[in-house]
Amino acid sequence: MKHHDHDHSHDPSFDDGPPSEHEIMSRAIQELLEAKGIISGEQLRRRMEQFDTDFPQRGARVIAHAWLDADFRQRLLADGKRACAEWGIDLEADRLIALENTPRVHNVIVCTLCSCYPRALLGMPPTWYKSENYRRRVVREPRAVLREFGTVIADDVEVRVHDSNADMRYVVVPMRPAGTEGWSEERLASIITRDALVGVSVPKP
Amino acid sequence: MTLPSAYSEARTRRFNVGERVRVKLAFPPGHRRTPVYVRGKSGIVERVCGAFANPEELAYGFDGEPKRVLYRVRFRQRELWPGYAGAESDHLELEIYEHWLEPA
Repeated sequence: MKHHDHDHSHDPSFDDGPPSEHEIMSRAIQELLEAKGIISGEQLRRRMEQFDTDFPQRGARVIAHAWLDADFRQRLLADGKRACAEWGIDLEADRLIALENTPRVHNVIVCTLCSCYPRALLGMPPTWYKSENYRRRVVREPRAVLREFGTVIADDVEVRVHDSNADMRYVVVPMRPAGTEGWSEERLASIITRDALVGVSVPKP
Repeated sequence: MTLPSAYSEARTRRFNVGERVRVKLAFPPGHRRTPVYVRGKSGIVERVCGAFANPEELAYGFDGEPKRVLYRVRFRQRELWPGYAGAESDHLELEIYEHWLEPA
């Protein structure tokens, strides 16, 4: 079996010990697809590179624009996939629902059944998002989980959990924090973190 | 190769936004996208997402036809979890296929 010779960096913890059954299966499928000429190793490498470097930039860019352009914000809330397409961002198979945080509602996203995530908008999901601990607990004690992320939601604000269990994908539209008046779109994007777009955090100036 | 569905044709949409629905309390074997924690619980239709290939069929190599109407349903957290510690107004929303829903 060919060892993985692509140049993207792995989390070292995944390289310890023998490969898991799923890893072996995934590599076997890759080798078959390459042998049949359906995909090339270079295409695969490029795809992983996009997930690591290109896609994670997209979410912050879209949300920063929504903070500055009220009409775009409305289009994003009405149809996330179409609004992203305006920016040349192809969400591929994902249908996107954008969830607006307000002074009355704080949204947070989970996939209890697996790890559904808007990958074409945010890149690969973080390890904690895929953990059983997060998936099991955030649906039944969201406020306690948010507190562990350093996010305290006031009692008079509704916490709304969204379980991404089927065909929709989700992104949170956080509230633009005070103290960012007059900021450029680029500067605004710099404070919009992945965690804020999943809803376990809020942007800070 | 995908095989045609063994299910009958889906009816036209049964539920509308704002309607109260209950998730069937059923435990069929196989690949299901209806989390156990909402089975038997009732909530309100938040939106209609459209019709999608049935994942219970796709999982086994069928073509997922006929498509199933997918709804987002909003549940009160206090109705889902006994002893829920958060605010009265806290909710949870998720996606349920029509064949898992009945009027409540």
